[in-house]
Amino acid sequence: MTDLTLTPAASRTASQGWIEKVGIGHILLAFFLLIYPVMASDFFLTQIGGYSLVLGMIALSLMLLAGYGGMVSLAQITVAGAAGYVVAIFGENNSGVYGFGWPWWIYGPLAIMIASLMSALIGWIAVRTEGIYTIMITLAVATACFYFAQQNYALFNGFPGYNGLRAPDVFGLYWRDPVPFYYLCLANAVVAYIAVLYGARSTFGLTLQAIRDNPRRMRAIGFNVTAHKVFAWWLAGLIAGAAGILLVWFNGRISPGTIAVGPSINILVIAIIGGLRHPIGPFIGAVIVTLMQTFAIDIIGAERFNTLIGLVFLLIVFVSPDGILGLWERLKPQAGRDDWRSFKKAANKAEKKGRNA
Amino acid sequence: MNINRRTLLALALATGLTAPTLSVAQADSIKIGVLATFEGAFAVLGEDSERGALTAIDEFGGKVAGKDIELIKGSSDASPDSAVRAARKLVEQDGVKVLIGPLSGDEGIAVKDYAKTQPDVTFLNGSSAAQDTTLRNPAENFFRFSTDGAQWMAGLGNYAFNEKGYHKVATVAEDYSFPYTQVFGFMAEFCKAGGTVPSKSWVPIGNKDYSSVIAAIPDDVDAIYVALGGADAVNFLSQYNDAGGQAPLIGGSITVDQTVLTAKGRLHDVLVGTPAAGPTADTNDSQAWKDFSAAYKKQDGAFPSPSLFAHAYYINMKAALLALQEVNGDLSDGGKKFREVLSKLEFETPTGKVSLDENRNAIADMFLTEVSEADDGTLVNKLIKVTPQVNQTLGIPKDEFLALGAVSRENPSCP
Repeated sequence: MTDLTLTPAASRTASQGWIEKVGIGHILLAFFLLIYPVMASDFFLTQIGGYSLVLGMIALSLMLLAGYGGMVSLAQITVAGAAGYVVAIFGENNSGVYGFGWPWWIYGPLAIMIASLMSALIGWIAVRTEGIYTIMITLAVATACFYFAQQNYALFNGFPGYNGLRAPDVFGLYWRDPVPFYYLCLANAVVAYIAVLYGARSTFGLTLQAIRDNPRRMRAIGFNVTAHKVFAWWLAGLIAGAAGILLVWFNGRISPGTIAVGPSINILVIAIIGGLRHPIGPFIGAVIVTLMQTFAIDIIGAERFNTLIGLVFLLIVFVSPDGILGLWERLKPQAGRDDWRSFKKAANKAEKKGRNA
Repeated sequence: MNINRRTLLALALATGLTAPTLSVAQADSIKIGVLATFEGAFAVLGEDSERGALTAIDEFGGKVAGKDIELIKGSSDASPDSAVRAARKLVEQDGVKVLIGPLSGDEGIAVKDYAKTQPDVTFLNGSSAAQDTTLRNPAENFFRFSTDGAQWMAGLGNYAFNEKGYHKVATVAEDYSFPYTQVFGFMAEFCKAGGTVPSKSWVPIGNKDYSSVIAAIPDDVDAIYVALGGADAVNFLSQYNDAGGQAPLIGGSITVDQTVLTAKGRLHDVLVGTPAAGPTADTNDSQAWKDFSAAYKKQDGAFPSPSLFAHAYYINMKAALLALQEVNGDLSDGGKKFREVLSKLEFETPTGKVSLDENRNAIADMFLTEVSEADDGTLVNKLIKVTPQVNQTLGIPKDEFLALGAVSRENPSCP
């Protein structure tokens, strides 16, 4: 499905129909996701479907940074957690600490805003570094935030965190009920997915990818590299923040355990398993990881199920270093090599041409 | 443009996302979920709790009311979020109508909140022992046949003050609701007897470096009350020992549990003589306890003596099975009859009679113990005294007890 949507010809030729433009893969996928509630039980709808979409969104924010910006961040769950804590503090909770009871249409945007600003701040600190040092510095930020939240009782209510967070009732629907919650997650994920997909082809997206490939040259020709990177962090923060709100509505609670080092590495695993090349990767990764973590215990028993999960992840990365997306890349027939790679080449070529002209 | 990949995607998603209930229910079996910490810092405790639950099932021959017992396990890592996720999976996916668990304090509070959204499912506690799981804002379908952490401390405060002569005690405990409850239970008696607690240190679960905590303990205390579990207890005790700490110890219920007493190393000598209190005592020589201990040891990898986690899961599982037997395994009315039987259930356990109060929290005997060396060189908790039938309010009238406030880092206080 990726091949269709990213084919430059498809987006440029106006004479082609909308089906061609959107891509048959996308239409089939959208159809499947829309009718999914008909086939799935409530458990599969929220605990697998909704949760995968939420995790996928957080991993998508990482994919945006890593795939297009070359910055691998381990702090994405921290950003999502920041939004979650804002919901707990300004919305309603039953832990008896704060819980100002503001309506969702105030605390929602506020949470996303604070999360995105925090993301930009982390980015602003991290962009001075590259490669493994970015990972280190974001890991340090994530760990520091985790321990701070765990030991601060004035603002974060320490280890137990906040209980009893309720999704709002809007239009006569309780948005944590299985079907509404699933569609809410789906809508958010689709908006984020499309935004990233199209953002990557925008001027900013192309600039960001150029910065990833050669920051020195971009600086030399007059681009503000730091500002572009920080802006990418801010955008990633919007996605992670929105996912963070969904995450606390899903769990009904937030505690430092949500933003610990384990979950933050989990997000990285999701992104890597799925593949960092295309925004669909994180969602595929999220589905696989969620299914594994939910059902491994039924396959192998309580004592060693984490070993099985680890082995499966190892196997995926061993067979295909590019994750599931890379696997498909290899499996498909040669004739179909009309995909993002050629798009990237074409884009590079176009860029070079533009520069030469 | 190729069908191959699209087909693959569709297949992967379709099989993965719509797989119907994986476990096929047999008509003549009863599903019971067991939720414990099979991962993370408390994994050892989680495994022992499973042995406890299995001991109870073996006692019934794997059958209740003529139906096979189908045990489905869920794992958490001691964080409340993971406990709720695991409970959700057991209830909503595997369809268990009876769930035993969780293991740790805040998990219990979170699962209790979840229980309110599943009125047709009956939750029995595992070994989680936070006070507010049942005391404040309880759930109608959450039962605790094991007792809470404050009850476990019955008799210890008085013993430390009167018999041991400790008048000034510092506390070191993990920073979450179960140790709060334990410190509360200890201080309730100790402060009433006239003792003071000038310093309370709260450390995060899984803390490795205790040097700052050890430095902050005042020099002039008579003893240190330690409520840490598993690896945390071992780390603190050995570091305190290495730092040349001389103050004698008073143990919380899980500090000197079998999981800690079996740890290798120099701790051996430090721990001997430590008083503690809890729902079990290794040297309990009642026949019921000996029988239980022998049955427990048949499980794989069992400790020399059942830990209190094994004990708590055993008691709760047994309560569930007894009640299931009484309703003849019939849960078709959403478990209503089952819960009625449970709330009136009263039975003899390896540690004496257990019954429930109006909040569905157990009233049971508590054991004051002291660590001593058995003939074979292993450490055991020697029974000193039994405090009979301790209730959740520790014998204080309920409204007076509630007025003491919820347990927290600051409450209670007697510096």
